[in-house]
This record gives sequence, structure tokens and C-alpha cells, in this order.
Amino acid sequence: MTNSQELKETLARISGVDVRKCMRCGKCSGTCPAYDEMEYHPHEFVYMVEKGEIEKLMASPSLYKCLSCFACVERCPRGVEPAKVVEAVRLLVIRQQGCNHMTPDQIPALLDEDLPQQAIVSAMRKYSK
Amino acid sequence: MIFSYYPGCTLKNKAAELDRTARLAAERLGFTLEELPEWQCCGGVFSSARDEIASKLAAVRALAAARDAGHDLVTLCSACHNVLKQANDAMAHDADFAMKANNYMQLETPYHGETRVLHYLEVLRDVVGWDRVAAAVTHPLAGQKVAAYYGCLLLRPGAVMAMDNPENPVIMEDFLRALGADPVIYPYRNECCGGYITLEDPDLAAKKSRQVADSAAGFGAQQMVTACPLCLYNIHKNAADGPEICYFTELLAQALGVGGKGARDDQ
Ligand code: SF4
Ligand code: SF4
Repeated sequence: MTNSQELKETLARISGVDVRKCMRCGKCSGTCPAYDEMEYHPHEFVYMVEKGEIEKLMASPSLYKCLSCFACVERCPRGVEPAKVVEAVRLLVIRQQGCNHMTPDQIPALLDEDLPQQAIVSAMRKYSK
Repeated sequence: MIFSYYPGCTLKNKAAELDRTARLAAERLGFTLEELPEWQCCGGVFSSARDEIASKLAAVRALAAARDAGHDLVTLCSACHNVLKQANDAMAHDADFAMKANNYMQLETPYHGETRVLHYLEVLRDVVGWDRVAAAVTHPLAGQKVAAYYGCLLLRPGAVMAMDNPENPVIMEDFLRALGADPVIYPYRNECCGGYITLEDPDLAAKKSRQVADSAAGFGAQQMVTACPLCLYNIHKNAADGPEICYFTELLAQALGVGGKGARDDQ
């Protein structure tokens, strides 16, 4: 089995998403609030996973731009749930040793007087393992 | 009437005003929030990864504790509410996850999603009722144009949160009407403020928050309300010249005459 096939299966297991359901309407990307900041957009995540181009996604900073707002999940007419694909690819990366995107020692410099604890715990959950 | 209550870490800190005003208003309206003993932080976001188990257990413990106390579980923070609802749904409907979580926790009675999780707004709507809220108002917010800001976490995923129509919600507008205010409907009320990206990419958070606040202002809002400490932070920080934003419970406490909005700034 090729590495790409293996990655595809791992990704399906983590996300629970069947990327073949996508009809490429682009609605997920049309509604995505992080669209302008992304190199690959939600519909491309879905399409590229289907084509087996997961390593390209793993190397993309787009992984860290998703806000987990779930707009794409709510509005996809085919129930594909693209945000779950983004989350699963991000986990493939940060679960590797030394691949955290944010570490606790970066936090003090980012704090201000009003920052709610919720922001810190959420960012840690999203960006590090 | 007694509910188990999960405040979450932020309500013990930066969002103390959300906790304080909610408790005062609850007493006035005739229900009690009984804080769960020894709750732990929910983690802020619910991982959609099906093989993430350990990071979801704090939420499951809180749910099981409420079941053991024999009460429905009430939340205030949108993020806690989202995590608890999603964890509860997973315990009820994802047999593999429920088995692993139960094996790990070794509770006296295994947990399978029995607890009913209610957001404070749902208690007002479904238990107290808008009529009774309105009848308890002593200081109506007459003529105030207030924009409800739902954000993402209260409404999505709609099938699990099931509080309201995720694309055309009414619960916060009904709440505002009960207080005598004039709710402002605007297109960005259920769009994202940027959330935790405020740490990773502050410019993106600023852009998103501005869009929301500008949209509310454009439709005539003088005031915005939210249930989410992170929405409040992002809007406040990035659109300070726009409508003021406060917690919905601050307006509630104010309208009920039990010490409401404004106290936060004096802390
Ligand atoms: S969840 Fe992420 S990918 Fe989906 S619409 Fe929101 S920001 Fe975009
Ligand atoms: S909205 Fe759904 S069906 Fe349309 S492109 Fe996105 S994932 Fe595919």
C-alpha cells in the first residue's frame, strides 16, 4: 500500500468524513471566514484528500487558519463536514514529535489584560499536542 | 428549581461578570444554579477527531456528575456549552467513543448521555418562559436598540446544539424583547469573530470582529450582547469605537433591578 493510500485511510478514520460525497459546489469555501488567508480552501481540502494529495495539505499554513466556526459544516448541502477534514489533517501534523504549532512558552508574550482563559485553552487544543 | 451548573474556567476569571449577573438574575427568577463540585476545564473546543478520547473526558465527568446529582446541567459560556453538548451527543450516539471513555473513567454507573444540557437562555425560554421573564422586569430597556451576537458556538453544529434554527435564530431576540429592548437583526449575527485565532493571527481576528460590529452598527445597534467571553473580547478589542458589547446576563440583571451592566468596568 502506498504512503498516500495509508494517509488517506488514517484521515478517514480520524475525521469520519467520506470525501466522495462532495459535489464540488464550493459553498463551504464561499462561506468560510478564513477564505482570504488560506492557500488551500475548504473545498480544496476535501478534493485534495480524495486525490490523495494529503502531504501538500500537511505542509500548508492553511491548517492553522481555520477558526473551527463550523459554518462549512452547517452549510454544505451534501453533509461532507469539511472542517473535520481540516482538523484531521492538522492532527496528522501536530501529533508528530516536535511539530506543535504553538507552545506554552509562547503564550506569556501574547497575553493582555483582558484575554479570556478560553482563548488560551482553545488555542492550545488546536495548535499543540 | 435547582440545576447543576458548570461555570467553566473563564467565568471564574475574566468573565466573572457573566457568572455573577447570571446567578443574581436566576435567584430573582426563582431558580438556583448549584455549581458542580470539582469540575475541570472543558478545553474550550470539542475536537471533531473521532479518536481523541482523553481531551474529552473532563466534559464527560461533568455530565456524569450532573446525572448523579439528579439535575439538568446548565451552562453560560458558549464554548463550555458547545463542548458539553457535543461530548454528551458523542456519549449517547458514538458507541466506540462511549465504550473507551467509560473504560477509562471507571464510573460506578457507566455514562451514556443521560444528562440534559441546557444553556441559560434555554432555561429562560423553556423553564421560566418569556412571559414570566417580562413580568419580572422592573427596569425595562425601553427603546434601546440591541444587537444579539450569537457567533458560532451556541448554534453549530445545529443538529447537535439544537437550541434554535442555526441560520435564523430567534432566542436572543425574544430574550431582548422580554426585557423591553428593540432587537436589531443584522446579517453577521451568526458569523465568526475570529475566536482563538486572536492568538495566532490577530489581524484576521480584527478583520472578522470588525465585520460583525460594523454590520450591527450599520443596522442601528447601540449595544451588542453575547454569551461568549471570547466574542466579547474580540469585539471589544477590535471594534472599540462601535456599539458597546456586554454579556446578555448583564442586561438581564439590569432589567430585573439586581445590579447589572457596568459593574465589569469597575472591577
Ligand atoms: S470551520 Fe474552518 S474551514 Fe470551515 S468555514 Fe469555519 S474557518 Fe472555514
Ligand atoms: S459545500 Fe460540501 S459539497 Fe460543496 S464543495 Fe464544500 S464539501 Fe463539497
